[in-house]
Amino acid sequence: MAKLVRTEEETMLADMARGFLDEKAPVTHLRAMRDAGKTHDAALWKDMAEMGWAGILVPESAGGSDMGHAAAGVLAEEMGKTLVSSPFLSSSVIAATALRQVSDDRAGQALSAIATGGLSYALAVDERNKFDPDATAMPAKREGNGFRLNGRKTFVVDGGFADRLLVLARTDDGMTLFDIPADRDGVTRGAQSMIDSRDAARVDFNDVQATGDDVIGSVDEAMAVLRPALEAGQAALAAEMSGLAAGAFGMTVGYLKERRQFGVPIGSFQALQHRAADLWCETEVTASAIAYAGRKLDEDPGNATLAVSLAKARATETAKTAVIEGVQMHGGIGMTDEFDMGFYMKRARTGAEWLGDYGYHAGIVAKLRGF
Amino acid sequence: MEQGADALAAFRTELRDWLGQNCPAEMRDGNAAGSTRDHTCWGGRNWVFESEAQKTWLERCVAKGYTVPTWPVEYGGAGLSREQEKVFLSELARINARLPLQSFGIWMLGPALLHFGTDEQKAHYLPPIARGEVRWCQGYSEPGAGSDLASVQTKCEDNGDHWLVNGQKIWTSYADKADMIFALVRSDRDAPKHLGITFLLIDMNTQGVSTKPIKLISGVSPFCETLFENVIVPKADSTGMSCVVGTINRGWDVAKHLLTHERTMISGTGSDIGSSRSLGSVLTDDAGGELDTTLRAAAMKAEVDALAIGLTIERYKDMAESGQGVGHASAMLKYVGTELNKDRYELMMNAGGSDALEWDGGFGDRPADWLRTKANSIEGGTSEVMLGIVSRRVLGLPG
Repeated sequence: MAKLVRTEEETMLADMARGFLDEKAPVTHLRAMRDAGKTHDAALWKDMAEMGWAGILVPESAGGSDMGHAAAGVLAEEMGKTLVSSPFLSSSVIAATALRQVSDDRAGQALSAIATGGLSYALAVDERNKFDPDATAMPAKREGNGFRLNGRKTFVVDGGFADRLLVLARTDDGMTLFDIPADRDGVTRGAQSMIDSRDAARVDFNDVQATGDDVIGSVDEAMAVLRPALEAGQAALAAEMSGLAAGAFGMTVGYLKERRQFGVPIGSFQALQHRAADLWCETEVTASAIAYAGRKLDEDPGNATLAVSLAKARATETAKTAVIEGVQMHGGIGMTDEFDMGFYMKRARTGAEWLGDYGYHAGIVAKLRGF
Repeated sequence: MEQGADALAAFRTELRDWLGQNCPAEMRDGNAAGSTRDHTCWGGRNWVFESEAQKTWLERCVAKGYTVPTWPVEYGGAGLSREQEKVFLSELARINARLPLQSFGIWMLGPALLHFGTDEQKAHYLPPIARGEVRWCQGYSEPGAGSDLASVQTKCEDNGDHWLVNGQKIWTSYADKADMIFALVRSDRDAPKHLGITFLLIDMNTQGVSTKPIKLISGVSPFCETLFENVIVPKADSTGMSCVVGTINRGWDVAKHLLTHERTMISGTGSDIGSSRSLGSVLTDDAGGELDTTLRAAAMKAEVDALAIGLTIERYKDMAESGQGVGHASAMLKYVGTELNKDRYELMMNAGGSDALEWDGGFGDRPADWLRTKANSIEGGTSEVMLGIVSRRVLGLPG
């Protein structure tokens, strides 16, 4: 196993990403999008694709940079620090990983299009208020040579603007993953106004027809393709949330040094020092789980489940603590919309629910550890 | 540089063979080092082997350098890389083998000597530690110097050819069983407190040194009070060896270095990535069936945290090996590791219920071990001191 420290390449990638994102996508960018009622900035995504980020998990033969999951995590973490809003996770991590599991021409073309930033995906799995792919009930009924899909998917992140949808549905003897255009007849997308100002749609399927060509992988065998994709997404989301926690924490420590009350910087008070130090310890411990998940996905992807769930569980908890402490230590200003901390708090809550909450992932850890 | 996977695999095979032939069956009992009734050999002039097997196991490991696997061969080690050491420890764990030897000489003084000692001191002091011949104890805390360790007052006067030492140390682990003590003494009373301390090596057999065990809430007495009354410490011992490590009055540098080792060691107490049984499995057995929902939820969190902390210890070792500064990470590791360990024992006591309340009952040393863990976040610097270090040295907060 490669070391749990960043390679020189990864450090360079992080530095490059930070430079780019500080210029093009600071938190003020998210704020401007929210104020304009936008959830997607196509120009920004195009720039990111030109940097090679959209194809970070796409094979070189399909025009990608194929740098692996640890590198994708490095990017996601930097994006998290300033709450960058982009199709990176949905398209470049989740969809790209799913498509890589199959080796037909259509998947290859889709991967090429993802790498250029010209094709975006959204993942339609959830049917209720909690992530639970195994409980998928939405039917895709056999009809002649094809299938007919009926039902509703919720919390389809990026589903309002995505070109295509990865849809998990129940078939005769299992579950099947469909890859269908978002504008296919019978698909209705209702964009939801989410607390974190990003796009998450409710998608209705009303007699939507699909053929065998729309299936990724094999019929009734969705998880062979979807599990690696979900794990890649969970690990990258954990990295993003770890970045989010670092971003919020950086603001908080800065404020502790600068804000004066009772004639001294509030950071000189031991009550606050110890809470800040505890939070730093939490972020460091979480960073280790994130690094490990990236390495496992790159080197031993068949056995990465424990590492990924560990990372997502820790990141969820750490991000939550970082934003709660962030608001509290900022005092009144932390509660104002004018100040950025609220954006961090809202994204942390959304990230906590997406692709499995703390209980879901801690439960997987427990199961894999024999209890 | 990392070793090739092939070389490591070959090392593992060779080691596995060696262990198969050389580790006595009685030494494969899964004894937990550091538990209340630890059966690990601590060595020293007064050590009484509990069995022939314990003696054989020590001797065979000494011959291979396996009591201190990463120390240089010339000082009694095996010169293993960290990758090899991991293989070594995992192979020991695989057959439930005990460590052949543990001591404060191995964990604490050795690393400090390797860093600050002269070549003569290393050659003189390290091999007897590696062979388990000399047992050391640590003379740091005093009644008036706990968290504020740098205010130690044990007096060390320069009397020409010797030092004259007077004072009292407390919480000296196993002082009553030790042959030698490494102690922090006040050699300059006028200097600022951090700049008047010397790191002194004293033979426990010297006239004027006495120890008194302190009975703890766990019922055992691993700690002592150690008194120094007009103790004469020759500046050079009979072999001409200096008993001062580092520079006179700059013992704090040595002490700090050593504390980082101690903290890192203590931090590893409760965490373990994947190789041993999960806390949840232990609790399920202890509870004699399904865990109730509250206990299960707490066990899940403790398991998540234990795995992540184990990875953090790994990551920091990787960072140190890659030449990246790890700064004051030992304070962080000590804090998270010890707080977790206390939580784990609270959960184990909870799962055992009233059965776990009996001294020497079905749960053996469990109550004593549980009580012992309460010291984890005090010894080697309290959790609050660790948070203070992180706050000032890592975060740069004022004061």
